[in-house]
Amino acid sequence: MNLLDLVLAVPLAGFIVLLLLPKQGQQTIRGVSLIFSLVAFAASLGLAFGYHSDAPGQQFVTDITWIASPNIHYHVALDGLSLWLTILATFLTPICILISWTFIQIRAKEYYAFLLALEFGLVGVFAAQDLFLFYVFWEIALVPMYFLIGIWGHERRIYAAVKFFLYTMVASMLMLTAIIYVYNRAGTFNYSDIMEMLSNGRLSFTGGQQMALFLAFFVAFAVKVPLFPLHTWLPDAHGEAPAAGSVMLASVMLKMGTYGLARFCLPMFPGAARYCAPWIVVLAIIGILYGALVAMVQPNMKKLVAYSSVSHLGFVVLGIFSFTQLGLDGAVYQMLAHGISTGALFVLVGYLYERRHSLAIADYGGVATSAPWLSVAFMITMLASIGLPTLSNFVGEFLVLQGSAKANFTWTIFAAMGPILSACYMLWLYQRVFFGEVSDEVRQHVFDLKPREWAAVVPLIVMMVWMGMYSQSFLPAVTRTTARILDQTQVNVQFRVKAPAGSAMPTEVAHAR
Amino acid sequence: MPVNVAPGGVEYIRFLPEIILIAAGTLLMVLDVILRKGSRDVYGRISMVALVAALGASVLAYQSPGPAFSDLLIVDGFATFFRVLVIGVGILTVLLSFRFLNREGAETGEYHALLLFSVAGQCVMVSANELIMIFIGLEISSISSYVLAGYLRDDKRANESALKYFLLGSFATAFFLYGVALAYGMTGSTLLTGIRAAVSGGSAPVFIGVAAALMFVGLGFKVSAAPFQIWAPDVYQGAPTPVTAFLTTGSKAAAFAIFLRIFSTAFGPIGSVWEPLVWGSALLSMTIGNFAALTQSNIKRLLAYSSIAHAGYVLVALAARSEVGTSAAMFYLAAYAFMNVGAFAVVSHLSGKGERFLKVDDFAGLATRQPGTAALLSIFLLSLIGVPLTGGFFGKFYIFKAALDAHLVWLTVLGLLNSAVAAYYYLRILVTMYMREPSDATAELEPLSAGLRVALAIPALGTLFLGIFPAWVLAFAGKSSALVR
Repeated sequence: MNLLDLVLAVPLAGFIVLLLLPKQGQQTIRGVSLIFSLVAFAASLGLAFGYHSDAPGQQFVTDITWIASPNIHYHVALDGLSLWLTILATFLTPICILISWTFIQIRAKEYYAFLLALEFGLVGVFAAQDLFLFYVFWEIALVPMYFLIGIWGHERRIYAAVKFFLYTMVASMLMLTAIIYVYNRAGTFNYSDIMEMLSNGRLSFTGGQQMALFLAFFVAFAVKVPLFPLHTWLPDAHGEAPAAGSVMLASVMLKMGTYGLARFCLPMFPGAARYCAPWIVVLAIIGILYGALVAMVQPNMKKLVAYSSVSHLGFVVLGIFSFTQLGLDGAVYQMLAHGISTGALFVLVGYLYERRHSLAIADYGGVATSAPWLSVAFMITMLASIGLPTLSNFVGEFLVLQGSAKANFTWTIFAAMGPILSACYMLWLYQRVFFGEVSDEVRQHVFDLKPREWAAVVPLIVMMVWMGMYSQSFLPAVTRTTARILDQTQVNVQFRVKAPAGSAMPTEVAHAR
Repeated sequence: MPVNVAPGGVEYIRFLPEIILIAAGTLLMVLDVILRKGSRDVYGRISMVALVAALGASVLAYQSPGPAFSDLLIVDGFATFFRVLVIGVGILTVLLSFRFLNREGAETGEYHALLLFSVAGQCVMVSANELIMIFIGLEISSISSYVLAGYLRDDKRANESALKYFLLGSFATAFFLYGVALAYGMTGSTLLTGIRAAVSGGSAPVFIGVAAALMFVGLGFKVSAAPFQIWAPDVYQGAPTPVTAFLTTGSKAAAFAIFLRIFSTAFGPIGSVWEPLVWGSALLSMTIGNFAALTQSNIKRLLAYSSIAHAGYVLVALAARSEVGTSAAMFYLAAYAFMNVGAFAVVSHLSGKGERFLKVDDFAGLATRQPGTAALLSIFLLSLIGVPLTGGFFGKFYIFKAALDAHLVWLTVLGLLNSAVAAYYYLRILVTMYMREPSDATAELEPLSAGLRVALAIPALGTLFLGIFPAWVLAFAGKSSALVR
C-alpha cells in the first residue's frame, strides 16, 4: 500500500466513519470530516513531493487483481496529467467542508459523508489505470453529487439533480459499451498494456471501428466537460447546487471530462481524433463565445459563473485538440487554473448567498462598503478568472492560444475573443454587485469575512498567485506526460488528417494500407 | 435405451430437496386441519426449517452429481445453482410473509404449504432433463402460484390478479405443451439430449423451428418477456407483496433456467433460427418495460414493468448463445433476486395494513423517518439502475460483454441506453425518499420487525457482495454453464 492508496482510502474511511456516527453531534461530524479531508490532503501533498518530474511513466503504482475473469485489476497510478488533478480534488475538499460549516444545518451527517464519498470517486477517476476501474469510479462520483444537489440545493434542485444524473448516465453507457468492446479485442483493461499493444500493432482498429469507439468515449466526456451543445445540464446543476457542490462540480468534476479526452480519446484513437479535431474545435470555439455571451446576460450570479465555465472549458478542449505540445500543456494548466479560480468564485458567491440569501445580481450593490475584504478577495479571483497576467488562468489561456495558433491561426482569432468577453461580464458583475448605492438589506446582512471563511479563501488566492507567477512548479511534470500522449497520437494513425486528393472516404485509405 | 426400473439410493439423494419440500408441504396441510387456530407462526417456522433443509440437501445432492430416474432429472452445477437460488428466494419470502400475514389477518397454513409446493415445482423444473418433467415442474409451480396470487380472497385486486394469471398462464402452458408434442413427434424423444441428437442429424428444421417457437411463447409468458408480458403488471400489482417478490424473482429464475436449458441443449444446433426471436423479444421487453415504467405512480406496478425490462436484459444473454452468455444470465438472475426481493421487502414494510400506501409519493421523507431503511432501499435501487459496486452492475456488465462477444453490437448499445432510461424512474423513488417532506405513510411507520430486518439484510449484503466480489459466483456459474455434454 503506497501513498496513493492512502489518499484513496482516507476519504472512504471517513465516509464509513461518518455513517457510523450518531446524527446529533453536528460539531463532531464537521470536525471528523474536516480531519479526514485534511489527512487526505496531507497525504496528497506527499504525492507532490514524492513525484519525480523527470522520471518517465507512472508512479505510485499499485496493481492487485480484483476479479480474475474478466481480468479486472485494482490498478492505480499517477502521472503528470493525473497528479495535479488528484491534488486539486484533495485540496478543494477541506475547503468545501469549511464553507459548509454553518450553511448546512439539516442532515449534516449525510452531507459530509457524501462530500467524502465524492472525493473518493474523483481521486479514483484520476488515479485508475484500468479501464474498468475508471468506469467504476466515474459512476461512483456521480451518486454523491446527485444527492448533494438534490437534497441541499436551491428551489429547482430535484429537476437539476435528475437532469445531471441522466445526462451523464446516458453518455457513460456508450462509454461502457466501448470499454467492453476494447476489452473483447485486447483481452485486458490495463491502460498501459492497451497503449503498448496499439503502438506495436498487436491491437488495431479499422477506421470505422476507431471512429465508433472514439465517438462513444468522446460523447461521455463531452457531456461532462461540457462541450457545446451538450452543456445544458450544467447551468441547472450549478444554479441549484449548494456552494460546496458547485465548487466540486466546476473545479473537479468537469475536469473528469477533459481528463478523459486527453487520457483516452487522443492516444487510444488518434486517427479518429485527428479526423474529428476540426469539428470539435469549432464546437469548442462556439462554446467559448456562446458561454461568454450568455454569461453576460445572466441575472443570477451562480449561473453567470456556470456559463463562464462553459467558456473556459472550451479553451481546454481547444488546447487538447490542437495536437500541439503547447496546446496540451496549456489545456492541462487551464484545467487546474480554472479549478482554482472558478472554485474560489463559487466559494465567494456562496458567502454572499449565506448572508443575503439571494443569488440575483439585482439584490446586491455596494457590497464593497459593507464588506471590503470580501470585495478584495472577489476582485483578485475575478481578475484571475479573466486571465490577467501574473494570475493563474493567464498561463493556461496563453499556452492554449499559442498552441492553437500553431495549428490553425483562424481558430486563435476567434478563441482570443473569449478573454475579452470574460473581462466584460466579470467586470460588469463586479460593478453591479460591489459598487454603487448600498441598500439597507446589504448593509444589514452582508458583513465581512470571518476567520473560518478566510481560511477557505486564502489558500485559493495563494494558489492563483503561485500558479500565475511560477508555473515551473507544475509544468515540468505535465509536459513530460503530455509529450508522451502527443507521441502516442502519432502511432497507429489508421487514416490521415487530410485525405489525399482523389480519395473521397478517408476510411478507404486505411483499408488500402 | 434400457430402462433402469429400480432407482438406486444415490438417485434419491439427487432428488432429496424436492422430497423434503413436498413432504413438508403435505405435513403443513395436515397440520392445518389438526392444529388449533391460535398457532399461526408455527407453519412459517416449519416451512423455514424445510427450506433450509432443502438448501442443505441441494448442496448434498451436488456432492454426487449425475442423472436420476432414467435420465429424467439431472443434478449438475446448473441445476444446483438454480435450486439454491429458488430455495433462497423461498426462504426470503417466508421471512417477509410472517409479518405480512399477521398484518392482513390471513390464514398461514395453506399459504406456506402452497409456497413450499411452488418452490418444489421450481426445483423440479431447474433439474429436469426431459420435456415432460419440465412440464410437470412448471405446472406444480404455476398452479401453486395462481392460488398464491389471489391469496387475499377479500381483495378485489388480488382476485383479478389470480384470475388473469390463471387464464393467461394456462393458455401459455398449452402453447408450451404443443411445442413439446411437436418436438416429440419430430424427433421421437422427449429427452433434451435426444432432441439435440435428432436435430443435429438434419431432421426437418421447419417443424422443429415451429416447436421451438411454440415453446418460446410458453416460456416467454412465464418470464414475462414482450410481447407476452401483458399480464405481468396487473398480476404483480394485485398479488400480495411477498408473493410478488417471489413471482418476480424465484418463478422467473426457474423459468429462465428451463429456457436456457431447452434452448441451449435441445435447440442449440438450430440457434440461428431462434436467435432473431430472442433478439427481438429482448429489445421489445427492455423498451416496453422501461418506457411503461416511466409513467407509473404505483410502486408495485413500477417494479412490475421494471421486471419486464430485466427479463429483457436476461434475454440479451440468451441471444448471445454462448457459455459466457449462460453464465452471465445465471449471475444476473442471482443479483436480480437479491435486489428485487429487497426492494419488495421495503415496499411491503411501508405499505401498511391492507396495502394502502403503494404510491411512489408515499415514500416521501422515508430518509428522515427511517434512514436505515431508506439506505437499504437505495442500495437495491442503485443496483437495479446498475451503478458500480452493486450486483446489478456486474450482472449488466457480464450480459452486455457476452452480447458484444457474440457481435450483437446494436442490441448492446440499445440495451445499455435502455438502462439509462430506467435510471429515471428508479431515481424518482430515490428523489421522493430523500428530497421530499415526510408523508402520511412514513409518519405512521412502525420500526422494522426482526424477520424483515433479516429479509432486508441478506439481500443488501448479497447485492453488495455480488457487486464487490463477483468472482466467486461467476466462477461457479461459468463452471456450470456448459449445458451440453
